Amino acid sequence: MKRTQFMLTRVLQGLVAILLIATVNFMLVRAAPGDPVSVLAGEAGASDPQFVAQLRAQFGLDQPITTQLATYIGKVVRLDLGFSYRQQQPVLKLIMDRLPATLLLTGSAFALSLLFGITLGALSARRAGTWVDSSITVVALIFYATPLYWLALMAVLVFTVQLDWLPGFGFSTVGSGATGLALAWDVAQHLLMPALTLALFYMAVYARMTRAAMLDVAQMDFIKTARAKGVRPGRILRAHVLRNALLPVVTLAGIQAGGMIGGAVLTETVFAWPGIGRLMFDALLQRDYSLLLGAFLVTAAMAVLFNLITDLVYTLVDPRIELT
Amino acid sequence: MKRRNLIQMGAAAATGLTLAGVPLHLLAAGKKGGVINAVVQPEPPGLMMGITQNAPTQLIAGNIYEGLLRYDEKITPLPSLATSWTSNKEGTLFTFKLKPGVLWHDGKPFTSADVVFSAAVFLRKTHARLRANLAAIESIKAIDPLTVEFKLKYPFGPFLGIFEVGSMPMVPKHIYEGTDFATNPANATPIGTGPFKFKEWVKGSYIQLVANDKYHVKDVPLVDSIYFHIIPDAASRAAAFESGKVDLVPGGAVEYFDVLRLSKLPGAAVTTKGWEFFAPHAWLWINNRKAPMDNIKFRQAMMFAIDREAICKVAWQGFAKPATGPFNSNIKFHSTDVAKYPRNVETAKKLLAEAGYKGETLRMLPLPYGETWTRSAEILRQNLAQAGVKIEMVATDVAGWNQKLNEWDYDLAFTYVYQYGDPALGVARNYTTANIAKGSPFNNVEGYSNPKIDALFDAGAKESDPEKRRAIYLQAQKILLDEVPVAWLYEINFPTLYRTKLSNIVSSAIGLNDSLSTASIA
Repeated sequence: MKRTQFMLTRVLQGLVAILLIATVNFMLVRAAPGDPVSVLAGEAGASDPQFVAQLRAQFGLDQPITTQLATYIGKVVRLDLGFSYRQQQPVLKLIMDRLPATLLLTGSAFALSLLFGITLGALSARRAGTWVDSSITVVALIFYATPLYWLALMAVLVFTVQLDWLPGFGFSTVGSGATGLALAWDVAQHLLMPALTLALFYMAVYARMTRAAMLDVAQMDFIKTARAKGVRPGRILRAHVLRNALLPVVTLAGIQAGGMIGGAVLTETVFAWPGIGRLMFDALLQRDYSLLLGAFLVTAAMAVLFNLITDLVYTLVDPRIELT
Repeated sequence: MKRRNLIQMGAAAATGLTLAGVPLHLLAAGKKGGVINAVVQPEPPGLMMGITQNAPTQLIAGNIYEGLLRYDEKITPLPSLATSWTSNKEGTLFTFKLKPGVLWHDGKPFTSADVVFSAAVFLRKTHARLRANLAAIESIKAIDPLTVEFKLKYPFGPFLGIFEVGSMPMVPKHIYEGTDFATNPANATPIGTGPFKFKEWVKGSYIQLVANDKYHVKDVPLVDSIYFHIIPDAASRAAAFESGKVDLVPGGAVEYFDVLRLSKLPGAAVTTKGWEFFAPHAWLWINNRKAPMDNIKFRQAMMFAIDREAICKVAWQGFAKPATGPFNSNIKFHSTDVAKYPRNVETAKKLLAEAGYKGETLRMLPLPYGETWTRSAEILRQNLAQAGVKIEMVATDVAGWNQKLNEWDYDLAFTYVYQYGDPALGVARNYTTANIAKGSPFNNVEGYSNPKIDALFDAGAKESDPEKRRAIYLQAQKILLDEVPVAWLYEINFPTLYRTKLSNIVSSAIGLNDSLSTASIA
């Protein structure tokens, strides 16, 4: 009961937050200089006042800004994300077409970074002070400090151009006509490099965080008690140290999950991955207002959703935490 | 490297000539079949050429749509959908004979009704550049199903130069008549008469065209299919070419320092052919409305201060050549018999002093089109600094650049424009008073106004005798070079990077924007 009530409150709060975000986004997007019409006119290499006026009317940009905002919010409430005049398709369709690719990429990266991050962190803490610990620390610091796009480009140069092991761009081999398992294998090959590069940064963060938290927890009295009781070291590490040390990692993972879509912009650009991050970036450059706002809104909704999930996961990791 | 380039260009020139003189089917000796993997950058907003004319759209849709005429590298008209054309003596009545047996991709026949609909109805509404060109036209009539007559209000010198596919693409009347052109669902599946048909567009990934087996030229096209890959990052595009995943990279899609490196790979080559019609010409907009830029001496000083050779050599890696004035050397009536501005910092300093320049800081807007443009701007800033002009760079993205130029909110700004083969089509618009209008970055943005220039460009457009036009445009060039409304920088020779297994990729003056119908794979 308590849980249902908690969920309802949080969902309501989330909805209000999303509406507020939509309004702020609307204003922010309009604050950038240049509008979709000037971009289209510029690209055409020629324009006259008639052409510009025609496009403005078509996009509804000739209306006062408050009217445009009211229309927009009204549509959002009805779950209508509008129409992209530039791409001549409904925004929702454009986003839904791209969402699976992004979820696959960021989901794999998320799983990889958590798995390897926590494992490496735990290993590092277990062997604190040894060469294993030092090498993990050094590697983690390097990945933490290296710009993502540079790492991505280097990966392409080494594994695609030089070694020709992995495809360097795209979601699957164009024109291969593969289906079923063959297609899955093809996609997996295309996925490996972008997912790994995207994972490396967070992997490093999780490793560092797990190590620090575990060393911290290991000093606590209940660990000493457990050891005094004669609990086996392996069990102490897994059931007592790691479980308690995971809370900050869960917090961070929640944030990462919420921000995954935005974080994929660079990776998707370098690897020509047809995801939502690139869609957003292109929409920004072209001032494709409705598409940009739609993508922002979906991103915001995901962030709110993952926040909620994070709160629930807390209670699973540490039953002492109560839902209020 | 120099010699290598020369040989490649020579070879390309030879194919160009062959194409101009020899019927296309003889070229079909090239092997049939195969797939071309090309790069398109950025992803086009649409492929309906009558509605969208930006560069990526033209690159792809030039395979789907066709115009009445094509042009060889000297901008001489060649037949395309029109097989012959005649005019009256005054140059006010043109009659075009259309090719019989041409079909739209949906199987319906192409007739004179489509021509009238395209030029007089559809494009007049959607195509800003053609609308300007059509101002000279009184009426367009279908005489019979294969004959069209254009009646002009006055002799219009460049008339035969407005029929290229990007300037006047033929659109199907039976699909668009009576609909809202901009939102017609058929825009998503373009129907043309060209050698390739639209197959599939996976947004964010690729666009596929397939050979039109009912194309009106026998044995053409040669390849089965073309994929245009959408790769958003310039370095990744270079890697895609280097790893052999793409065979064809159009001009400007990879940075120029990469072009040079990639063209030296085994099996790779580069050509700068196929830009003669567009003749991309770069200059520095100078806001003539404000001091000190309103002073002719100040503007002349800029011309003397800029080291064009260095920009072409360093930033453009040789893929640009110094501009000598407002006319690109590829377009008609270009003359070198005009004032010259060799680099001379001392003269520039003297002129600046005479102009009363007191060291005000000027805002310069580079073009946000990649590294090459950024480097050009940096060299130029250094050139001007040597002459004593203080520059502050203003960084923008493309939308911001458009807006600042649309609203004349700048002191100096980079740009380049296409000149479309004839001064009346691509040059006059940048200098005439009537073209001073907010809202476009490609008209008279500098705000230059001179009744003599207005009169000359007007007379040049309304004259049909080439020799008289030459005299008129020589005079215009002389005046412009004395008054320096903008600082001309360089003619861009966009390099097309390709694998040598491809041949005949460039077959007319619009290069890859024309179809790849004659291209074959060894």
